[in-house]
Amino acid sequence: MIEIKNLQKHFGDKQILRGVNLNIKEGEVTTIIGGSGTGKSTLIKCIIRLLEPDGGNIIVNGYDITHIKSQMALANLRRKFGYLFQEGALFDSLTVGENVVFGLKYLTDIPKADYAKIAKEKLALVGLKDIEHLKPSELSGGMKKRVSLARVLATNPKVILYDEPTSGLDPIMSQIINELVLDLKHKLGVTSIVITHDMKSAFEISDTLVMLYNGIVELAAPAEKFKKTKNPYAKQFIDGSSKGPIQMQIRN
Amino acid sequence: MFKALGRFVLKSLEQIGQASSMVYACIFWFFKSKLEFAQTMQQTVKIGVESLIVAALTSLFTGMVLALQAGTTMQSILGEPIYIGTLVGFSLVRELGPVLTAFVVAGRAGAAVTAEIGTMRVTEQIDALHTLGTDPVRYLVIPRLIAFTVSIPILTLFANISGMFGGYLVSVYGLGVSGHTYFEDITTFIGAGDLMHGFIKSIAFAFMIGVVCCYKGLYTKGGAEGVGKATTQAVVVSMVMILVFDYFLTAILNALGI
Repeated sequence: MIEIKNLQKHFGDKQILRGVNLNIKEGEVTTIIGGSGTGKSTLIKCIIRLLEPDGGNIIVNGYDITHIKSQMALANLRRKFGYLFQEGALFDSLTVGENVVFGLKYLTDIPKADYAKIAKEKLALVGLKDIEHLKPSELSGGMKKRVSLARVLATNPKVILYDEPTSGLDPIMSQIINELVLDLKHKLGVTSIVITHDMKSAFEISDTLVMLYNGIVELAAPAEKFKKTKNPYAKQFIDGSSKGPIQMQIRN
Repeated sequence: MFKALGRFVLKSLEQIGQASSMVYACIFWFFKSKLEFAQTMQQTVKIGVESLIVAALTSLFTGMVLALQAGTTMQSILGEPIYIGTLVGFSLVRELGPVLTAFVVAGRAGAAVTAEIGTMRVTEQIDALHTLGTDPVRYLVIPRLIAFTVSIPILTLFANISGMFGGYLVSVYGLGVSGHTYFEDITTFIGAGDLMHGFIKSIAFAFMIGVVCCYKGLYTKGGAEGVGKATTQAVVVSMVMILVFDYFLTAILNALGI
């Protein structure tokens, strides 16, 4: 469904992505792991074209989206996607309810009369109720994240990109979010690309795990195979060990 | 030194290019999409209505100072305070009304616009707009640009009235000129062309302030520090550009006989 070929991206002199090759299959959960600064967020921002790649190709359903320039074509591309931002990125000036239904006006033909009902439903899915009237500044970090997820779910996207969906959440709420990701896959066939540092949840929800290291894919494998990998980088990451090639790289 | 100058020129050209592309996007979305009416009204209140008192006060005291200076000068040269209304009116309608109002709005509302859009940029809210099917230019910039362009000329009109009233107070109660003479001096010498001169200037200033402040906000980088920097730059650039525009517009409009 999404084919990434030799993707490159740099910021100034710093090369973040050095030739990423990856296949993301429709209806699957693909989890991307890797240390901070290895380009995970950059990669998913390129997929939704919030960033324009410097080289390589991204092909979505057979259509090369790498260098789309037209505003309309970009808007149409983004209709298929939902994006959960790391810090939520809720609109400060709007209430929680208005935030949740924000995309409906632009991405769907749903009548305005249904917005309140949808906001309630989607907030309930992420374990929140009766907070539609609050402003984002009145919410805790975890609540903001969940409202943001409700906003993504409101437009029923075919592909959801999650940037650390469970960071800042308590273990029970993290588990609810994990189950939600799986529910969306099983019931609606949603394709998910998840960035996480939480290895427990990564193994629980993923069909495929991808490890990014130093701007390239170090290992991409089905979850079961990934668990048993001998790849020293991936193994160190799974074990959460301070000793191994990654640590050595940092010290040098 | 040449290296630094080269870098400055390149950076300036890059910024002009980015601002031009934003204006192009404004034109594109203005014709291709429905106007965000609620946003536009909300911004017109924030930028225009809420600036009314400070713009009127600035102009009131400017009119009072102009009357005082003109009256005292005329008194010492010609022995009596004549043509105060004409001097106050001309100065306000053609020059100070549009310039001071633009300064006030740039400092008050322009800074707020850059800070708001800049904060949205650094907290990924601008990216969120993209992912939710709308464009920040369409949702944020066009309503603000319209609000600036509609509000500033209207504020200028109020500022002119307020300034002339200030001049009236000083002329009548401070310099002993009759109210009738003061207003006759204004209406005899100031015509529609003078009003048009000030009106054209205020529209140009308004559009420029909108573009600069929205652009600086949209291209903010670097967290809270970046927002502060962008806001300062937006106000400074707007104020300098108002004066630069003012000179060239005056030259052009005078050449055209307006």
